[in-house]
Amino acid sequence: MSTAVDSPHFVRANQVEALPPPNLTRGPIAWARENLFSGPFNTLLTLVVLYLLYVSIPPLVEFLFIDAVWTGTGREACRAETAGREVGACWAFIWDKINYFTYGSYPADERWRVDTFFVLLAIGVVWLLWLRAPRRDLGAIYFFWLFPVASYIVLTGGNADFGAGFWTGFLIFGALLIGLFTLIAALLKTSIRPALLIGGGIVAVIGITLALVDFDWGLQNVPTSLWGGILVTLLVATVGIVFSLPFGVLLALGRRSKLPIVRMASVIFIEFVRGVPLITVLIMANTMLPLFLPGDITVDRLLRPLIGTAFFASAYMAEVVRGGLQAIPKGQYEGAMSLGLSYPQMMVFIVLPQALRIVIPGIVNTFIGLFKDTSLVAIVGIFDLIKTIEASRIDPEWAAPTISYTGYAFAAFFYFIFCWSMSRYSLGVERRLAAGQKR
Amino acid sequence: MGLDAASIEAARNGHTGDSEGSIREPPSRVDTVGEYTNMKKAIAAVAFGLTAGLFATGASAQATLNGVKQKGYLVCGSNTGLAGFGLPDAQGNWTGLDVDLCRAISAAIFDDPSKVRFIPLAAKDRFTALQSGEVDVLSRNSTHTMSRDTQLGLDFPAINYFDGQGFMVRKKLGVSSAKELNGASICTQQGTTTELNLADYFRANNMKYEVVAFATSDETFKAYDSGRCDAFTTDASGLYAERLRASNPDDHVVLPEIISKEPLGPAVRHGDDQWGDLVRWTHMAMLNAEELGVTKANVDQMRSSDNPEIKRLLGTEGKFGESIGLTNDWAYRIIKHVGNYGEAFERNVGEGSRLKINRGQNALWTKGGLQYGIPVR
Repeated sequence: MSTAVDSPHFVRANQVEALPPPNLTRGPIAWARENLFSGPFNTLLTLVVLYLLYVSIPPLVEFLFIDAVWTGTGREACRAETAGREVGACWAFIWDKINYFTYGSYPADERWRVDTFFVLLAIGVVWLLWLRAPRRDLGAIYFFWLFPVASYIVLTGGNADFGAGFWTGFLIFGALLIGLFTLIAALLKTSIRPALLIGGGIVAVIGITLALVDFDWGLQNVPTSLWGGILVTLLVATVGIVFSLPFGVLLALGRRSKLPIVRMASVIFIEFVRGVPLITVLIMANTMLPLFLPGDITVDRLLRPLIGTAFFASAYMAEVVRGGLQAIPKGQYEGAMSLGLSYPQMMVFIVLPQALRIVIPGIVNTFIGLFKDTSLVAIVGIFDLIKTIEASRIDPEWAAPTISYTGYAFAAFFYFIFCWSMSRYSLGVERRLAAGQKR
Repeated sequence: MGLDAASIEAARNGHTGDSEGSIREPPSRVDTVGEYTNMKKAIAAVAFGLTAGLFATGASAQATLNGVKQKGYLVCGSNTGLAGFGLPDAQGNWTGLDVDLCRAISAAIFDDPSKVRFIPLAAKDRFTALQSGEVDVLSRNSTHTMSRDTQLGLDFPAINYFDGQGFMVRKKLGVSSAKELNGASICTQQGTTTELNLADYFRANNMKYEVVAFATSDETFKAYDSGRCDAFTTDASGLYAERLRASNPDDHVVLPEIISKEPLGPAVRHGDDQWGDLVRWTHMAMLNAEELGVTKANVDQMRSSDNPEIKRLLGTEGKFGESIGLTNDWAYRIIKHVGNYGEAFERNVGEGSRLKINRGQNALWTKGGLQYGIPVR
């Protein structure tokens, strides 16, 4: 047995570069084969879809962009016989009316106030939704308290002019509230200091809010009948979204409560509101309500549909949240209780975080539906974006065959951008919160 | 839905009859709303009963004018959008013939045509808004009919536009009268009084026709424009507005026949006679000014005119303004700020506008029309 090494062993130091896969299994051709033409049925479907795209996309692009009219001052620019060519979408019309679409009849000199509102809204949304924003707890205070108050003052002009009688009444009410809290604390034999602080805090917040609204900021009063366009659309949607989530959660908890009155009240509210179409709620609010109220009491025409949509969205939201609550296994509740957590602690720390995560798609679905439902306020004579477009497209100054299509295309872009952003954001949130479930 | 009175009224509320030739509610919703209208009417009837007493006292004598003066502005129910009558412009300012009437009332009261707040009202909301006191005057191309005048607790103090259903055909058809439309196919909107008027007219003239009905006015006109039918029918004021949207407006002609009566005018609450007088005389002042040749431009010179009629109108003689609770130069203010009826007409719907509707029935009585200014004396 020879130990001599007469020929050096070959030891490979590096791994051989793998050969590329055969051409037929990679690249666009393979991808197409695998995804588009993997069988006779799929091939047929692909061809049909390609044909449909071929039929629909080029004319659409042609209408919206290639043949579109971008500049002009009147109907002549957008009519084939005066423009001397095929005319598609008349974007000049949108451009001419864009102020009306954005602000409605809001007085021209005061429109900076609407811009301020848009900026305040954007700040609030970014602060709350951007995860790395600083001090998001302050953001919540801003969005749910400072922003609504500031918006109200900026848009209406504030200066509610309550008068001395109102403030006297408020002081009495405040004293009674603080007294009530103290009394409860005394009855429960707990220390009185926190009760005083809570009661005083509530009264102070309400008082500051009212004082801000009452203060004469020197802004001209702008009645809501002049508001319109994107301003109203965003306003109705924001109010609906901001109110529906907390109210929806409360209603859902109420419906699953063991207290019979709370449960009954929640069930009746949810079933009643959910059982009628939004359009009847709106018509009831704007047409019938004035008949039932005494002559000198009027509720603002814009406020009525705002309340209506907020109620409506809350009822739907409640059912979505209830779905999430029911999906949480009983063990979670029992575990929380066995740790000695109180009901609020159990809900806030254990159940709701899990339940809400499950129903994010449902919540966002409701939001998107609500955002588009805001266009129904047009039926009761509120000039939201759709209604301003409808009123503008019949303007004789712009009477041309493609004006209506252009107006609706603009509305479609607007709604799509907002709804799509909501949908994308919610996907991001889902992905982040589902990190624990990933395998 | 059978053609009982209620459903006809429902159709009327949602649709033509009120010269909404060119607007309409958003398409598919109209019908849904129509359904609710019936139910709503029942509830409204109850509500009216319950609250009748309240309104009777609340809206009685002189309450409205005092209320308006106290508020410092007039609340006017306007159309949500009808070309030439009530329409927001690119800056959101309301314009139109009905709107000018409200501005004239505001000018008469405050010497300022801008002290008006417009509340755009859908067809079905308009009368309740007036009833409940939400608006002071409804100037929203509403047809004056007996039932509305007597049953709804409303008054129609004036007619500021005489409208009626008409026909539009292509010029190349060579038709010059509706009587020549025998055998024609006619595009119209479903479930409206337009359709019923059409049937009446052709039956009365013993002519045959083929109706091609669509759900919305948009669809109806598109169908006519693309050659689907020979003629298109809706209220005459609407015909002119629609014609502008045609691919070739000059190819179409509006026929002279008017087959239904649609007297459109402002409405006020029944019972406050002083306020009704004020609205009526605002319109009459504009008519009389036109008849006497008083215009926005020459009203200042006219104040020194020797013509007793002009003197009475402009308040240099007599105390006519005080009798309606205003100052004696009330009519001067109207003409100064808004102009006479002819000017308002030309500016909004006539030759000075895109619509180019000719005066027709709305000419002064001296020129063969129906607008008759009742003398100020």
